[in-house]
Amino acid sequence: MINKVVDNIEQALEGVESNMTFMVGGFGLSGIPENAILALSKKEIYGLTCISNNAGVDDFGLGLLLKRKQIKKMISSYVGENAEFERQMLSGELEVDLIPQGSLAERCRAGGAGIPAFFTPAGYGTEVAEGKEVREYNGKPHILESALTADFAFVKAWKGDTAGNLIYKGTARNFNPLMAMAGKITVAEVEELVPAGELDPNQIHTPGIFVQRILQGEKFEKRIEQRTVRTKE
Amino acid sequence: MALDKNQIAQRIAQELEHNTYVNLGIGIPTLVANYIPIGIDIEFQSENGVLGMGPFPFEGEEDPDMINAGKQTITTMPGAALFDSATSFAMIRGQHVQLTVLGAMEVSENGDIANWKIPGKMVKGMGGAMDLVASADNIIVAMMHTNRAGESKILKKCTLPITGVNCIKKVVTNLAVLEVTEKGFKLLERAPGVSVEEIIAATQAKLIIEEDIPEMQL
Repeated sequence: MINKVVDNIEQALEGVESNMTFMVGGFGLSGIPENAILALSKKEIYGLTCISNNAGVDDFGLGLLLKRKQIKKMISSYVGENAEFERQMLSGELEVDLIPQGSLAERCRAGGAGIPAFFTPAGYGTEVAEGKEVREYNGKPHILESALTADFAFVKAWKGDTAGNLIYKGTARNFNPLMAMAGKITVAEVEELVPAGELDPNQIHTPGIFVQRILQGEKFEKRIEQRTVRTKE
Repeated sequence: MALDKNQIAQRIAQELEHNTYVNLGIGIPTLVANYIPIGIDIEFQSENGVLGMGPFPFEGEEDPDMINAGKQTITTMPGAALFDSATSFAMIRGQHVQLTVLGAMEVSENGDIANWKIPGKMVKGMGGAMDLVASADNIIVAMMHTNRAGESKILKKCTLPITGVNCIKKVVTNLAVLEVTEKGFKLLERAPGVSVEEIIAATQAKLIIEEDIPEMQL
């Protein structure tokens, strides 16, 4: 067993610097690495490129880094719900690369899987296709999308073991397993860290080989973005 | 009377086929789930990673780890499955999801759709919409026929940045049901009490009108 455990978030973030590229897991506020984001928002690092499906909300998630203008460029698929983000983007302070969600997921997966590029039909004929090679397969045009990798990938899982194996819960899985694969250094924060051997190998979603550092998250607020309920009849 | 949003959803629900996988977009499309005809079994896919999405949870049972692509708290149905985003879009791109219902700001007579950006004003991103429209076999658009200023959103050519080309199959609006054919929009049905003339007046695109146009049955 290769032990991946670090004791605290400071150790987990060792080596992060200005101008790096980070991948940050989560969909909306579900499954985001809250502890890493909070710690990054207190560091004097700037000029970051963040690859994340969304950009958090004004006062939580990546919104914390945006507020301090630590992010130079966002690579995302959907960034509504964040007024500060929209302001920085429309004023030109923040560079934004919007990518179809499926292409974003596959580009992360490809980055981790050693596939430099792939063809997809998504975005053909739109702004997204500008400057990209087009090729026809089965009579249908596809565009060439390249793989994404990152200096650090920050992911969040439900359970993890000391060998770095991860299990996610519910829809908090989303981009986390793909980004875990694509980070040069992948930092996984988990709700419950257990000794190697305690998790059933049949149930592992992310094998420990993709994780360089794992830690028990200190605190998870797990905020809900859109609370929707029905009433009992 | 023009349809309200719930009635648009109700009319779209009539298009659902038994034993199919369906992805519903944000807004009016979400309401379609409330009107599944009896005897029709559907599994709803949400692109953030769930198949077999159920209704909203009861108050107090919301789970931050269980949301849909609109970030709303949800539940799962018996037989549901959870997966990562790449697997989710494999279902979509690989055409395993049979029907996509989504909203639009504009549609055009060659089947283009625009629903992700108003330059200089609203830039929220396309989310999964471009992947969905590029691959789904069947795409139904739920939208209002005109904007707040009364201008048609059913156009010869989209003016906003498009989400996908030549992809939508049907449009259900508050006024009409339209089919996208090689020759343009064909008027199939009109909202109860709405005349063909009113629909023509509210439509910038050319309409193909053959014989009598029946009223929608809701």
